[in-house]
Amino acid sequence: MKFTPFALLAATLLSSAAYAEDVTLTIESWRNDDLKLWQEKIIPAFEASNPGIKLKFAPMAPTEYNSAINSKLGAGSAGDIISCRPFDASLALYKAGYLADLTSMDAMGNFSDVAKAAWQTDDAAHTFCVPMASVIHGFIYNKDAFDELGLAVPETEDEFFSVLDKIKADGTYIPMAMGTNDQWEAATMGYQNIGPTYWKGEEGRLALIKGEQKLTDPQWTEPYAVLHKWAPYLGDGYEAQTYPDSQNLFTLGRAAIYPAGSWEISGFNEQADFKMGAFKPPVKAKGDTCYISDHVDIGIGMNTKTPNPEAAKTFLAWVASPAFAEIFGNALPGFFPLSKTPVDIKDPLAQEFVSWRGDCETTIRSTYQILSRGTPNLENETWGASVAAIKGTSTPEELGKKLQEGLDSWYKPGM
Amino acid sequence: MQASRFRWHIVIFLAPAVIVYTAVMIFPLFNTLRLALYTDVDQVRTFIGLGNFNRLFGDPRWSEQFWNALGNNFKFFFIHMLVQNPIGIALAAMLSHPRLRFAALYRSAIFIPTILSFVIVGFAWKLILSPIWGIAPSMLDAVGLKSLFAPWLGKEAYALVTLSLVSVWQFVGIPMMLIYAALLSIPEEILEAGEIDGITGINAFWKIKLPLILPSIGIISILTFVGNFNAFDLIYAAQGALAGPNFSTDILGTFLYRTFFGFQLQLGDPYMGSAVAGTMFAIILVGVCIYLFGIQTRMRRYQL
Repeated sequence: MKFTPFALLAATLLSSAAYAEDVTLTIESWRNDDLKLWQEKIIPAFEASNPGIKLKFAPMAPTEYNSAINSKLGAGSAGDIISCRPFDASLALYKAGYLADLTSMDAMGNFSDVAKAAWQTDDAAHTFCVPMASVIHGFIYNKDAFDELGLAVPETEDEFFSVLDKIKADGTYIPMAMGTNDQWEAATMGYQNIGPTYWKGEEGRLALIKGEQKLTDPQWTEPYAVLHKWAPYLGDGYEAQTYPDSQNLFTLGRAAIYPAGSWEISGFNEQADFKMGAFKPPVKAKGDTCYISDHVDIGIGMNTKTPNPEAAKTFLAWVASPAFAEIFGNALPGFFPLSKTPVDIKDPLAQEFVSWRGDCETTIRSTYQILSRGTPNLENETWGASVAAIKGTSTPEELGKKLQEGLDSWYKPGM
Repeated sequence: MQASRFRWHIVIFLAPAVIVYTAVMIFPLFNTLRLALYTDVDQVRTFIGLGNFNRLFGDPRWSEQFWNALGNNFKFFFIHMLVQNPIGIALAAMLSHPRLRFAALYRSAIFIPTILSFVIVGFAWKLILSPIWGIAPSMLDAVGLKSLFAPWLGKEAYALVTLSLVSVWQFVGIPMMLIYAALLSIPEEILEAGEIDGITGINAFWKIKLPLILPSIGIISILTFVGNFNAFDLIYAAQGALAGPNFSTDILGTFLYRTFFGFQLQLGDPYMGSAVAGTMFAIILVGVCIYLFGIQTRMRRYQL
């Protein structure tokens, strides 16, 4: 960003105006679950240290967010601060000139390149959102149930299935709570959860983007074969079981294992009255390197048309600071701050999840960067494929072939 | 001389309806059709003629989805025609029976689902049919038919039929009311004349009432057709925009929604979406025209 004398003058005028009168910044977000947290913890903390700037958190339903924010920005009615979905959804907004370039912000130094990658142009020259939080995949289990049945936490795939067998044989609990009705669970909590172990995390993900690996390769189809083996453990009628059904089955203590994302933690802490633990996606053989999906999920950026750019930048700089990471990471266990400074997380379950960052190689969901840019959309196709794999309506090889063909129809590596 | 003056009051009386209708219906309709001829090249709206339609029908990935949605939509429509309308007519015939007690109560009870929101209907039925919390499995269990239960909404083979029947349950009140009104308008004298000729009971229905209500049945069919091909809400409320499992409940409305507004990572494409909307409009237009010119004009009408 170039500072011309005029811009400086304008900035001075604006900031002096800001002292004269309170500026209110509206924050657009899809996290309607977090409204209370923002109102009670984050906003007061910011306003206390930044007099003259008021914040208003205006969330909406997650599934509506992308389309709504697109049209609001187009119509010029969007708020000052925009929550950024990772990768292409936000990239498109930046390219359309709706999101401001934040590359020159000092606070960007607080984040690693991987964290920033989700909100950068393909050549990494421009960053347009401040990375805010990531989510980690794994399995949450009912500790009381495991103790009762004398089960140990599984580390390898074989152990994982023998644990499931034992729970099924005992019959008190549904071995695993997951349904295929909403489709995304099968892909997000299934395929993207266990998959990185097979395609070796970043190595496979980047090779896929470069075109060196294909979705028909065994490391990409094998997770589908493993998912198919889940089916007998999912409980009656899993075909029509929805996401809230699965959550309730687990928190009511009727299921023993829940294939999870860390975002479930705060909800589960509130709902479940038994002890919970977490284990990471099982590896194939003991001693293998483990891979986890530590997926960048939320960023936060600035509407180019905001009338208060200085105030908005002050806020963004604060979001990028360790102080925010501390508040956010603890107020919302399961959403892990992305800043380089380690944050002390107090929730035991969240601690468990975040500790895997030290033991395992981390990666992000394979379909998010670049590969879901065209039609057919690889991410959405993966949902359907994961469901088909579990139900056994297609073989893993057929699924790989279909996905690769869809991808080939619009994606040329190195594009 | 007075009569030759321009009759302004006609214009004034028509104006509010014409203006409102043009602003909220006609203009958006034609603008949507126009939008279908453009595409987005580097944030600039560019005219590409019939390119979007070419893609919709020519690219196997688009056309496969489109034909799947259209096929499902026809199934959705046929189930309504075969189940909803006959049941509606039968209910109306029973309600119009002069000796039926509590007719008003039944009438309201059957009509109430029609005024419920789709979201409530979709959600309530999802709960009823849920294999985990639903009352359907336990009710079947109580009569010893548990083995008949399946997670219907989650099976590709049953999901569309199940949702069609839910929609039938919701809307059966409309054909019932329309037919009921038509039946009430049949004069007693005709029925009495028939009775003298020996046509009574069920025969009176088939030989006298049914021919007289045929025009109403025609109107109901066309309303069902238009309603079904514009349907979206129930599928969206029950199965989401991906119309699972594996697109087995995808109809034109959900296909349009996904294309126009996007879904999850897929960004919306208003131009392609307009092409889908234009195609839907054409399908409905053709259907209505076939009905109006092919059937309605040939239908025999009786002067009552």
